[in-house]
Amino acid sequence: MVEFINFYLIPGLVLGCMYALGAIGVSLLFGILRFAHFAHGDIITLGAYFALLLVTALGLPILLALPVAMILVAITSVGIDRAFYKPFRKSPTIYLVIASFGVALMVRSLVQLAWGVKVESYSTGGFTPPLILFDTLRIAEKHMWIVGLTIVLVVALHYFLSRSKLGKAMRAMADEPDLAQVSGIPTEKVVRYTWIIGGGLAATAGVFLGMDTQLHTNMGWDLLLPVFAAAILGGIGSPYGAVAGGLVIGMAEELSSYPWIGDAPLLSPGYKTGVAFALMVALLIWRPSGLFRGRVFT
Amino acid sequence: MSGDLALGLFLYAISLLTMAGIYGVIAIGLNIQWGFTGLFNAGIAGFFAIGAYVSAILTTTLTPSHLGGLNLPFPVGLLAAAAVTGVVGYLVGRLCIRLRSDYLAIATIGVAEIFRLILKNEIWATNGPRGISNIPRPFEMWSQPWSQLAFLAVVAIVVLIAYWLAERAGNSPWGRVMRSIRDNETAAAAIGKNVIGFRLQGFVIGSALMGLGGALAAHFFKFIGPEATEPLMTTFLVWVMLIIGGSGNNRGALIGALAVWTLWSATELLTSQLPPEWAVRATFLRIFLIGLGLQIVLQRFSNGLLPERPPKSTGDEHLIPAQQKAPPAE
Repeated sequence: MVEFINFYLIPGLVLGCMYALGAIGVSLLFGILRFAHFAHGDIITLGAYFALLLVTALGLPILLALPVAMILVAITSVGIDRAFYKPFRKSPTIYLVIASFGVALMVRSLVQLAWGVKVESYSTGGFTPPLILFDTLRIAEKHMWIVGLTIVLVVALHYFLSRSKLGKAMRAMADEPDLAQVSGIPTEKVVRYTWIIGGGLAATAGVFLGMDTQLHTNMGWDLLLPVFAAAILGGIGSPYGAVAGGLVIGMAEELSSYPWIGDAPLLSPGYKTGVAFALMVALLIWRPSGLFRGRVFT
Repeated sequence: MSGDLALGLFLYAISLLTMAGIYGVIAIGLNIQWGFTGLFNAGIAGFFAIGAYVSAILTTTLTPSHLGGLNLPFPVGLLAAAAVTGVVGYLVGRLCIRLRSDYLAIATIGVAEIFRLILKNEIWATNGPRGISNIPRPFEMWSQPWSQLAFLAVVAIVVLIAYWLAERAGNSPWGRVMRSIRDNETAAAAIGKNVIGFRLQGFVIGSALMGLGGALAAHFFKFIGPEATEPLMTTFLVWVMLIIGGSGNNRGALIGALAVWTLWSATELLTSQLPPEWAVRATFLRIFLIGLGLQIVLQRFSNGLLPERPPKSTGDEHLIPAQQKAPPAE
């Protein structure tokens, strides 16, 4: 039981937090701009590498580099939207989808150009032993930070969406874009803030992934499908659903290799990521509205 | 010495054309799916890989490292690759074909990534990450440059057949139904067309051509590994080819394949002259420029080099009753 919690449940939770942070952005963007943002994974990578730059060049501790990286990625996202997505606001969504494919490739190749393809790490050696709680629970300090900060960010997002004028405008636009526009909601401003939030949270996901494991230039692309899976599971356009979806997908991946039956892992660990893909495809086919019966965009 | 150089350049040109032809087959496949039918397949790499592995397994000699050893002739490998990929396309299509564009894109990427995981993990069948080598290439016993030329001829024949079939299909009543479904699904359903059935047909034919392209590539390289199924080198590049060439136009798909592959491979030739640490980085600059080029084409010339032409008039206008024709000007 203790082994189950330490080696399957906690890693699942940590992974789920990263998926959730990415999925909130994908879900909000889908709600507001109505397209699947295929460059989100590489925005995540960009966040991780911006933080790396701050850690190596300025010697900032990673937790201080995080907010700066969030701001940098938010600005970059707004710029990308201006240059590559804004011309297609009135076009069929397919143009936006293809354009976002192109952006994904451009962002990744720039990261590879600037940092090379070798694996990087935030820590300069040194190993912090995990904390032992109640004699048996082992949890690494970085994992406590990841889970704790994710909770803080999600609560903050909740207050933003439910209390602030801009947050309400954002939800209104996701629900009924035409009505929102005629009732005087500044749609371009809402779009800008959606990118700021989506970009900032994506950067956080990237930094957390880098803290948890290592940095490499495909890290975000590898995260993209589970993130989509989480967004679809939670019901596209619903940020709260995305959080739940992220946690479920993260857990499902880790728990799939637990020896549920007999002594062998239920599924070979090589197929761990396949669990998320399979869940996603199955959901798209049988339950496109997500687990919580959200809306289906047609 | 200059003779060597000339031969080198000649061989380079042949290999460039061969690859452009292989990409051309895949681009025509995508054109049938996207250009004709409006199906956003973002998992081209998966179908490419299935075709490549099927042909590789059927035509290699017996070895303990992977499944196969049937040592079948090359044409059997090609046909089997197209057939198996078509069947897989049918199964995937049965499940996913009802999804709208970007949901279909996400689902097909998911399916392609699952294929890639299988190819990596089922070592008994695919030799895992080390891939399958010693795949026979037809005419490889011939001397240079005849062996390369002969293989180019094989590719050219496949391209011509694919092009001819796609043109015939596109201009037939079948092609008109496909376009009508792409442009207005509800209207097509209202006049009694089986929308799902037609979309499934387009998906299967396109997938089979992608598998055929994968098989040709496996025989050309004499090697296939899971790395060759990277989304970048297949899925993305083929999409760029079709968009730049002009989706909905088979000739556009071929021109796009030739133009983009020439650009891709000529810039590679240039960057390989750089010192090693720069050569690696220059690759990324090339990818960046290709991405930027795609954005410019999308924003400025969204119809591509050779835009889609409306199908030729069928010549049966006289069948329309006179009172339905526009009234003559007074």
